[in-house]
Amino acid sequence: MHAYANPTRFLAIARPLTPWLLSFGLLLVIAGAWAGLTQVPGDYKQGETARILYIHVPAAWLGMGGWTSLAVAGLVQLVWRHPLSGIAARAIAVPGMLFTALCLATGSIWGKPTWGTWWEWDGRMTSMLVLLFLYAGFIALTHGDEGQRQGGSLSRGAAIYALVGAVNLPIINRSVVWWNSLHQGPSITLRGSSIDNALLWPLGLTLLGFSLLFGAIVLMRMRRIIADNRVAARLRRLADDEGAIA
Amino acid sequence: MKAKHQRLVLALVALVGVAGAGVLAASALRDEAAYFRTPVEIQGGKATVGEAMRLGGMVAAGSIKRQSDGLTIRFVATDGKASVPVEYKGIVPDLFGEESGMVADGRMRADGTFVADRILAKHDERYMPPQMGEMPKNMKAPKA
Repeated sequence: MHAYANPTRFLAIARPLTPWLLSFGLLLVIAGAWAGLTQVPGDYKQGETARILYIHVPAAWLGMGGWTSLAVAGLVQLVWRHPLSGIAARAIAVPGMLFTALCLATGSIWGKPTWGTWWEWDGRMTSMLVLLFLYAGFIALTHGDEGQRQGGSLSRGAAIYALVGAVNLPIINRSVVWWNSLHQGPSITLRGSSIDNALLWPLGLTLLGFSLLFGAIVLMRMRRIIADNRVAARLRRLADDEGAIA
Repeated sequence: MKAKHQRLVLALVALVGVAGAGVLAASALRDEAAYFRTPVEIQGGKATVGEAMRLGGMVAAGSIKRQSDGLTIRFVATDGKASVPVEYKGIVPDLFGEESGMVADGRMRADGTFVADRILAKHDERYMPPQMGEMPKNMKAPKA
């Protein structure tokens, strides 16, 4: 595990992996969107509006998956102090927030024709909005802080914040079960799917596609932070050398 | 015990504690955080006349009656255990219909009718192609 915490070893893997994730991700998203929009029938009741699920569900999955990995990175930072964990957490926060916002936006666009409202304060919507604010808080907490100038590690406060924020994840997941809500119950559970197979298969494509894209974005952002660190280190060395000459 | 093991145990204990507090808070909120009340809760005395609230339930089959003014509808909301008559004047969402879910904003009237100011359609978790779903009950599946 420690082997991959070394930025140089990490880059040796991340560099060739990024274009693969990016191109396969794009390919799958385009294929899934095309299939979802043209190849499957509309829903028996909602008609064409149901097709937004091919974006909405992956966005929700990545918004929540993003915070899960953020919390794991926070734990690794706190306990093992891996040099890469803070960099990973910083890299995850922005795309995680982006996908959470995408989930809320697509849900709202779907809610108007389906429910008859853009927004209601039910358990699912409120807890998902809290996740968006948690991301915003994490970015505000870590952007331009001491750690960013010193290699990207998280402060103890930011790492604890990432861990504590994970408490919201089971609440989002269970919100439609614990409380009666406007949002429907879970369609896909361990027992199976109440989305008919005829409508389900493009979701697999977009789910995997967006996940690969998410991975590509995170790797790109991590590489960028590492590159910034190296530039800063080199500038410091240059300044020291000039100081020595003068 | 090494320092990092100490930190791991500390972090996990703290996480379990915070998660436990979250679950406790959520379960304490159970009734308060509910988005709507069901007919059985309302008939169980959880509703006072004139108090603003939301009622959620299924629209009973055959219960939608349009009144003579052309705008007001009456129907029965049910949760399988109890049912409440609802009166609403206005436009309903496209997905509003019999044997499907709805949520109404409004208040109870003294005669036991729920007077709604606004109606939302509630969608369930099933998604399927048209030929499997909206098959009229008096029609048999086409032969292959």
